[in-house]
This record gives sequence, C-alpha cells and structure tokens, in this order.
Amino acid sequence: MATSASLSRTSDFFREVVAEAPVDPRLEACLQCGTCGGSCPSGPDMDHTPRALFAMIAAGMRDAVLRSNTPWYCVSCYYCMERCPQEIRITDVMYTLKRMAIKAGYSAQTSAPRAPGFAQTFVDHVENYGRSFELGLITRYYLSHRPLDALKMAPLGMGLLKRKRLDLSPRPIRQIDQLKAILDRAREIDAAAQLT
Amino acid sequence: MRYGYYPGCSLERNAGAYHTSLMAVAAQLGVEFAEVDDWNCCGATEFIAVNRLRAYALVSRNLALAARQTNGSNGAARGQLVAPCSACFLNLSKVDHYLSESPALTNDVNNALAAGGLSYEPGSLRVRHLLDVMVNDVGYERVAATVRRPLRGLRVAPYYGCLVVRPGFRERFDDPEYPTSLDRLMRTLGATVVDFPLKAHCCGGHMTQISRDVALELIRRLLKNAADYQADMIVTLCPMCQLNLDAFQESVNSMFGTEYRIPILFFTQLMGLAFGLPPAAVGIGKEFIDARPALARIGAAPPAEAEAAPKRKPRRNDQSLPLPQMPEEE
Ligand code: SF4
Ligand code: SF4
Ligand code: SF4
Ligand code: SF4
Repeated sequence: MATSASLSRTSDFFREVVAEAPVDPRLEACLQCGTCGGSCPSGPDMDHTPRALFAMIAAGMRDAVLRSNTPWYCVSCYYCMERCPQEIRITDVMYTLKRMAIKAGYSAQTSAPRAPGFAQTFVDHVENYGRSFELGLITRYYLSHRPLDALKMAPLGMGLLKRKRLDLSPRPIRQIDQLKAILDRAREIDAAAQLT
Repeated sequence: MRYGYYPGCSLERNAGAYHTSLMAVAAQLGVEFAEVDDWNCCGATEFIAVNRLRAYALVSRNLALAARQTNGSNGAARGQLVAPCSACFLNLSKVDHYLSESPALTNDVNNALAAGGLSYEPGSLRVRHLLDVMVNDVGYERVAATVRRPLRGLRVAPYYGCLVVRPGFRERFDDPEYPTSLDRLMRTLGATVVDFPLKAHCCGGHMTQISRDVALELIRRLLKNAADYQADMIVTLCPMCQLNLDAFQESVNSMFGTEYRIPILFFTQLMGLAFGLPPAAVGIGKEFIDARPALARIGAAPPAEAEAAPKRKPRRNDQSLPLPQMPEEE
C-alpha cells in the first residue's frame, strides 16, 4: 500500500463514522503504521486488524466494515490507544462501529454474533433498574439468545450463589424515574441529530 | 481524608469481598469513603456499544450526584471521587475528560441531565482509582506504619489489568505498560513480589460472555505467567479481573488440560490481613479457588477445613461441585 501521510476523508462512510463518535476520533491522521494491530490481544481472532479496518473506512467499504467481527472482538484494553503515534481514539472508533452495525442491522451477521445480544441485554437491565443485575442478566441473555447454552451456564451461577456472590432479585435505584427521564431526553437529542 | 465513593454494581455482590476489605482497611487508615447517594451503573463497556449520548448521560448522572454531594461540603472546592472498579474508574474519568474537550457534548449531556433536575460542570471532580489513593494520598509510609503482621514468605503476582493504567486520560499515576505502584504496596506489606511480565495485559473483560475461546486463552496466559514465576497468588484491583481469573480458572483447566489452582485476591484483602484483621473481616473465603491454604502457610489465616483433606483429585469429575463452566462453542 502507498504510504500516504494520512487517510483520505473523502468517503461518506468515513464522515459518518467521525460524526457518530462522541468526540473527534482523529481518524484522518492514521498513518497506517499497524502499531494498533500489533498491540491487540484479539488481533489473531479478528477478521481485519484495526489498521486494515481504518483503511477500509477511508475507502468507503461500509458493508464489509460493519459486518466485520473486529469491533466485537475488541476487549477495550486500550493498548492501541496508548501506543498509537497519532493519538487516534481507536477504542472509541470500535464502540462507534458497534453502534452503527446494530443500527444497520448487520450485527447478527458478523462472525461474533453473540456480542450484540449480550450488550443489548445489559443495557436493558441498566435502563430498567439503574444497576446491573447479574443473575437476571445471565438468565435473560442465555434464555433469549442461547437457550441451548443456558443449562451449561448454570454451574457458574450456582458457584456464585453458593458463595453469596449473586443476588436473587434486582435492587433498583431509588430515583429510577429520574434516570429514565434523563435517558429518554438523551434518546430524543440523538434522534433529532439522527445519531445512535 | 474524605472522598466520595462510587462502589459500582460488582462491589454490591459478586465482589462483595472487595467492598468489605476496602472499608475495613479505610477505617484502619482513618480514610472516609462516603458513598454517592443513589448512584447508577456506569454502563461498563456495554452501554457505549449500544447508545452514544445515553451512555454519556448515564455516567454523567453519577458525576452530577457526586459533585453535588462532595464539592464544597468540607471546604474543598473540587471534591474527589474514588472508584475501586477499573471499568467504573475509566468510564467516570473518560466521560469527564471528553466533556471537558467537547462543549457540544457537554451541552447535549446537560440538556439530558436537566430532564432529571441535574447538571454537571466538566472538571469539577477529581476521579481517582482506589489504588492511586492508597499509594499516593495515604502513602507507603503510613501503610507501613499500620502493618502488624507482615506477609513474610508470601509470593504475590501483582495484576493491574488494563484500565487503571491505560489510557490515562487524567490522573495518570503509573506506567501504562509496566506499572509498579501495586508491587511496592505489596512489598510494603512484607510480601515477596514476583516479576509478572503480563501484569498489565487484558483478562478479556466481558469476552467470557461472547467468545469462550478468545476469553479463556487470555485468562490462560495470565495464569501461566503467574505460575511460571511461582506466585502463591495473584492480587487484583478490579472486580471483573478477579471474577475472570477466579471463576473461570477451572474452565481454563478443563479446556487446556492444566491444573492451575492460583487464588485471586483483592489488594485490599492483603492490606487488611497485614494490618492484623481476621480473614473473615476482609472477605476471605468467597473466592472460587480457596486462598486459605496459601495464607495458612504464612500464618495469616487458620488452616481451612478443606486443607486438612489430601490434595484434590487433579482429574475433574463432571458430577462434582458446581464449578464454573463456559458453554461449549456451538
Ligand atoms: S497505530 Fe494509529 S496511526 Fe498506526 S495504524 Fe493504528 S490507528 Fe493508524
Ligand atoms: S482496545 Fe480493542 S482494538 Fe485496541 S488493542 Fe485493545 S482489543 Fe485491540
Ligand atoms: S462497570 Fe461494572 S461494576 Fe462498574 S458500575 Fe458498571 S456494571 Fe457496575
Ligand atoms: S484486565 Fe480485564 S477486567 Fe481488568 S480492566 Fe482490563 S478488561 Fe477490565
């Protein structure tokens, strides 16, 4: 590949990714040096390394990028961000791509099909109770997304219960209505700006 | 010393031993942790993967509540908020940092918070991880002066994981790739610290729920590294790290044919033991891999009942005790 000093920001998809990120990810400064992929603990399991993914974003390869398992295999270790010579917010780009993949309906077609279900179940719990509730989370996630695996997960739950490390019922926060009002307002603001 | 305290969901239950021990240790050191009233989950690494602004608003409600409760209450204009969970610490400090950087994001977040009668001014709190407070505010000297029963002879591998040392938006207090503050703290308690080259590598976080193979391999590497350096135990500062290395250790053993039995404790549990507190007061006994045999060897805990029995059969028996098992792929 030609060693251009930075990624072209001409593709619509590139601009879309930048707009969806909470703060400027500085993606156009990517040098394609590959430090990120070389630092990534999940690199060998990813369809594309972060570096390759960024080149694909610049090239406007929307479908291939949003179908890739790369963002879903990101474990948020931040090694890439620590080492990137251009201080690109790589981990934030990964989160942004996850949201865009869910919105575009691609998330179930990646080779990491379980990840979006887990994230969505987690979010539903927090929105309803204000806290994460492990037993409910594990049960609901497995029953609705992986029913055949639910029984195999039981031993972990039993082990946690035996050690009093699991709650049997959720404990909602006191001002759950206040939290819901805040989250509803946030949803409206994003919807008005056509962001996820 | 008084701090706002954000426990996070894990410390309410699965990492209850972390909460119990850090509170016990704080009492010994004269540090006060005042829990933020009615805090909500910070969203871990999941919320931001599903929603943009809602994830920032979720974390910002905590910052707003903490600032209101902590700031100005005892003269300090800028209160301090302490999180013992690495993911909570990162989320709180990252949101504060990104809000400071982007007036547009702050504007949106405050519009959302207004629906609940709240607001937050970026930078008005100092977000700290518990380890930072222990080594830099309390300090090694005061810790040393509080030690009653040094952990002599105990070989510990200090595990930092990712988010306390990276990406270090604010309050960077240690090296992002080879941190040493926890090493020195453990030495202050009298323990022998082994080199642990993977000390800042990732345990996989919630990957255990997404891909068994990827997650167990990350955990295996950490266990192997600690075993190679003959550590008696691994000491952690994050509830998710503790859960992954402890509850999934048996799964690693069955997947890779290994026989690791490395106890995983929170650093505050070892502080408490060194301060002379009884094991029960610092939550010893809640771990999957029993820490008592290792502690009994240095006289820091009475021998456990289980210790009296001969060493466990190395081969696992599927009918036996409920041990954590990850579902098979496909
Ligand atoms: S390390 Fe940074 S500059 Fe290098 S390829 Fe990755 S994102 Fe681009
Ligand atoms: S943060 Fe994600 S992409 Fe970056 S190195 Fe870690 S796992 Fe890889
Ligand atoms: S990161 Fe984990 S422990 Fe911390 S508040 Fe969120 S769910 Fe709870
Ligand atoms: S090592 Fe694992 S649990 Fe600890 S901070 Fe990193 S991802 Fe989270």
